Amino acid sequence: MKTPTPPLRRVDAVVIGTSAGGVDALATLLRDLPLPWHLPLVVVIHLPQRRDSRLADVFRQRLPIPVQEAEDKAPVAGGTLYFAPPSYHLSIERERVFSLSCEPPVLWSRPSIDLLMQSAADAYGPTLAGLLLTGANPDGAEGLRRIQQAGGLTAVQDPAEAEVDTMPRAALALLTPDRILPLRGLHTLLVELNALHAD
Amino acid sequence: MSPLTPAGALNQPKPLTPPSDIEIELRLLMEAIYLKYSYDFRDYTGASQKRRVLYALDQLRLPSVSALQDLVLHDASAFARLLQFLTIPVSEMFRDPSYFLALRQQVIPVLHTYPSVKVWVAGCSTGEEAWSLAILLREEGLLERTQIYATDINPLSLDKARQGIFPMEAVRNYTANYQRAGGRESFSDYYTAAYDAARFDPSLCTNTIFADHSLATDSVFAETHLVSCRNVLIYFNRALQDRALGLFHESLCHRGFLGLGAKESIDFSAYAGRFDDLVRAERIYRKAT
Repeated sequence: MKTPTPPLRRVDAVVIGTSAGGVDALATLLRDLPLPWHLPLVVVIHLPQRRDSRLADVFRQRLPIPVQEAEDKAPVAGGTLYFAPPSYHLSIERERVFSLSCEPPVLWSRPSIDLLMQSAADAYGPTLAGLLLTGANPDGAEGLRRIQQAGGLTAVQDPAEAEVDTMPRAALALLTPDRILPLRGLHTLLVELNALHAD
Repeated sequence: MSPLTPAGALNQPKPLTPPSDIEIELRLLMEAIYLKYSYDFRDYTGASQKRRVLYALDQLRLPSVSALQDLVLHDASAFARLLQFLTIPVSEMFRDPSYFLALRQQVIPVLHTYPSVKVWVAGCSTGEEAWSLAILLREEGLLERTQIYATDINPLSLDKARQGIFPMEAVRNYTANYQRAGGRESFSDYYTAAYDAARFDPSLCTNTIFADHSLATDSVFAETHLVSCRNVLIYFNRALQDRALGLFHESLCHRGFLGLGAKESIDFSAYAGRFDDLVRAERIYRKAT
C-alpha cells in the first residue's frame, strides 16, 4: 500500500542546491512563479571557478521577482531569489541574515550546498524546505539530512528526470525525503508552500 | 559616536528561536576563552564558528563543546591548538588580481605624493597579501619609504608570514594572479625555489612589521594611508564589523584609502557615510572629508 503524502506545513524559507544541469533545471523550476511571491529562495549552484558570475543577472531578466547575489550580513528578505556568490560559502545565521566565508571547499565545492543547508536548518528548524536537483556531485545529501533532522521539509528531483543523477541519488542513499518529484512537480510544491506562507 | 562602542549592538537582529544546547555551549566557550586568554571571539558569526569548533572537536577527539571548554580552561597549550582551528588561514598572493591592479592605478599615484607612507594589512593571516603589497610597492618605487604593518591574532600565522615561504604548487597560481594584477617583472625574480617551496626575497619585507593585533580588543596604533583588510570582516557580526571599521577610520589619514574583500561592503555598516567609493567594484574606499 502506498503511504499517503503528509500534508504540507508552513515554511519561512526554501534552500535549493544543484550543480551540473542546474541552470536549466532552475529555469524550469522557477518558470511562471505566481505573484505575489512571499518566500525567500536561496540557491547554491556549483559553477566553474569564475569570480564574476552573471547568474543573478540572467535570472533577473527571466523572473518577475527580485533576484540578488546574497550579501554578507544582509537580512534574508521574503519574496526574493538569492544566489551564493562564486568562491564563497554562503550560510544563514540564526538571526536570519546571510554570512559569507572563505573556509576551504567541502566536497571540492565552494559554495557548498551542505554548509548552506546545515546553517539554514539551524536558523529555521522545522520552518525550512530544502530542494536538491540535478548534479554530478554528492554535495547536498548531508545538508538535506540535517534539514530533515531539524523537522524541515525535504524534496529531491526525480533522478530519472535529472540531467545528471549523482546528486539526487546520493541524497536518496542517505535519507527518505518527503517528496521525490520531477521539476514541474517541485514547481507545484513551491507554489503550494508560497500559498501556505501567505495565509 | 566612539568607534569603540559596538554601534550595531542596539539594532543587532535577534534570533527567532531559543538557542540549542550546542549554541549555549559555544557561547560559554567563547566567554571562557575571553575571560581566560583575552581572545574575543564572542562577536564572530555563528555558523562558521560552529563549523570550526565541531571540526576541532573531531580533530581533538573530544565528545562535546563543554569538554573542550573544560580542556582549554585548564590547559593553555590546548587553547593554542584550538586557536589554529578558530582562525581561517586561507589566503593567496595577489588574490583577486583586479583589486591589486586598481591599487596600482588608482591608489599608488596618490601615495606617491607623501614623503613617507604607512600601510596596514589587518588580519594578514600567513602573510600572502603583505608580501604581494610589498612586491607591488617595490615595482612602483614606493617600498623604500613605506612602512607596512601586517597584523593578526594568530601567533603561528604571524611566524609563517614573517618567513615568506609558500608552497611551490600555490606559487604557480600566484604567478598567474601577479600577471593579471599588472605585474611588471618576472614573478620568479622575487623568490628562490627550493624543493617544493618558494622563499620570497627577504629584502621585500625589511620595512614590514608583523605584529599581534586584535580588531576585537585592541586600539589604533598608527596613522596610516592605506588599510587593506580583505575577507576578515565576513567572520564578524555587524557590531564587530563596525568596531573594526571604526579602527580603520581612526587610523586613516585625511582622505586615506580602505580596501576590503570582493564581497565585503561598508554599505550596511555604521560607517557607510564616512567613506566614499573610489573603485566600487573592487571595494576600494576613501575616507570622506
